Amino acid sequence: MQDVKKKLLTAVEKMPAFPKSVHQVLKLASDINCPQKELVEVIKRDPVFTLKILRLVNSAYFGLAREITSINHASVYLGLNTLKNVALGLAAVGAIPKANVAGLDMGAFWLHSLAVATATRMLGSMLGVSRDEAADYFAAGLLHDIGKVVFALYMPVEFQQALARAAEDNSPLHEAEAESLGATHADIGALLAEKWNLPGPLRNAIERHHDVGEGGRSQLVDCVFAANQISKKLAFGAAGDFSSTPLPPGVEARFALDLEGLIKEMPTLDEEVEHARIFIKLGEAS
Amino acid sequence: MRFRFRGTRGSLPAPGPDTVRYGGNTTCIEVRSDAGGLLVLDAGTGIRELGLDEARRMPIDCHVFISHTHWDHIQGLPFFVPLFVPGNRITIYGPPDPLTMTGIEAVLTKQMEYPHFPVRAAELLADIDYETLRDGQVVDLGFATVSNMLMNHPAMDFGFKVACDGKTLFFTGDHEPFYNIYEPGDEDYADYGKIVDERNRAITEFLRGVDAFIIDAQYTEEEYATRRGWGHSTFERALALAEEAGVGRVYLTHHETTRTDAEVDAILDRLKREWADRRVRFDMAREGETVEV
Ligand SMILES: [Zn+2]
Ligand SMILES: [Zn+2]
Repeated sequence: MQDVKKKLLTAVEKMPAFPKSVHQVLKLASDINCPQKELVEVIKRDPVFTLKILRLVNSAYFGLAREITSINHASVYLGLNTLKNVALGLAAVGAIPKANVAGLDMGAFWLHSLAVATATRMLGSMLGVSRDEAADYFAAGLLHDIGKVVFALYMPVEFQQALARAAEDNSPLHEAEAESLGATHADIGALLAEKWNLPGPLRNAIERHHDVGEGGRSQLVDCVFAANQISKKLAFGAAGDFSSTPLPPGVEARFALDLEGLIKEMPTLDEEVEHARIFIKLGEAS
Repeated sequence: MRFRFRGTRGSLPAPGPDTVRYGGNTTCIEVRSDAGGLLVLDAGTGIRELGLDEARRMPIDCHVFISHTHWDHIQGLPFFVPLFVPGNRITIYGPPDPLTMTGIEAVLTKQMEYPHFPVRAAELLADIDYETLRDGQVVDLGFATVSNMLMNHPAMDFGFKVACDGKTLFFTGDHEPFYNIYEPGDEDYADYGKIVDERNRAITEFLRGVDAFIIDAQYTEEEYATRRGWGHSTFERALALAEEAGVGRVYLTHHETTRTDAEVDAILDRLKREWADRRVRFDMAREGETVEV
């Protein structure tokens, strides 16, 4: 057991740092009175994010007459609203590598993560969370499976085994992981969240997204759990397995709906995911 | 060249007894060359009546330039009758939507989707072309040229300069003067300020000496104090810009939705007094009024 923990920690140590700007942009962008100066400052402090934004606003999609050379320049030229929407879209896809690794199709992984993020935010709104909190719900959904990326990058042999086993038995991936790796992607995701200093509730949601028990203990965890099942049921992308689980009684009670009922309450999910998906393309556009 | 205000109201139509003189329809300006060539600036609700007039002389050839795709500048388009009649040739120009990576064709298809409108854009029978504009592009229509410049608004928003029959007209679309988001003393104040000045100067130069200048002047200075960043200018700032650029005649438009005729009159009186000695001739835009440039 000590051995497993050590291996996991070594893998987590290898992951790049989490762009702090992502979290801040998600927070700022959900504020209707978002101060332009603050947004501009957050972007400027992150050179990678800055580069991505400049690459995007200089792409053919914007059709600008001259090259935008700095974030100040982009801010004056495009204004707060356009810049905010660009940043928001890019922030969501900024955190994770793009190339396929160890059997994980990153395009499909991304789509699944975005769908869960979007659905988690929608569920949170249904339960009346504030706009500010809604951004945290989005982030929790977006990062819930981040542990799979750590496995795929740094424990690829064992992770391939787990993927193969889950596919063969049509069983949940986290069970196969526990057998092959001695831990699940939720476990290692939580370790990564700790390294990244993510807020407690976010870390908790990553750790427990397959382990809600009867449900009803944490609203955020219940939302991520339900969003994950919804996305799997609707086959938005893929992240290693397709088995969806019915909602436990505590989760059903929270929404007063079962899985099917919840899906009916979210007719715009498709469209919202599609909108988020565009940013995968934008992030890749050069 | 002559032009006619078909809609002068900002943000939302404002029908009723208090807006009959300055008008309740949202932005639309009909521009016609001496030889009869027709181009239209923005397609707010004012374009509906233009469409009814045009329906009497179909088939028509017409060029519609959309400054930006906020509702008040596009909402009349699905009610522009010539779009429904075969034989008419209509070209729609406007900015891209970089966030959904679509072009100006979305201006009709989106607002005519099933839940919003009973007819789909695909069912329109006129010969319709779309041309998504790049910043700084010049379009040659034969009877006129239309060049554009990106303005400051919470959307991609083009100001248009029309050159026709030896005269020029500039229309801002919606526009707020660029301003510095930093305070004196902030590290980036100077750098940001430099870019702001550059952009404001580029606009002044672009419209230098135009014969007619139609400009967004939605707010008074008092109103603007709490509406900075909303994307609109004030009467005073609009006039100052016009004076600096040495334009021929200014038409203040995009009237605030809640502004009554009496209130517009009062503002005009005040401005005429306060700006009596200045080098700028101006008037309020009135729906239905035709101006020979
Ligand atoms: Zn407007
Ligand atoms: Zn507007």
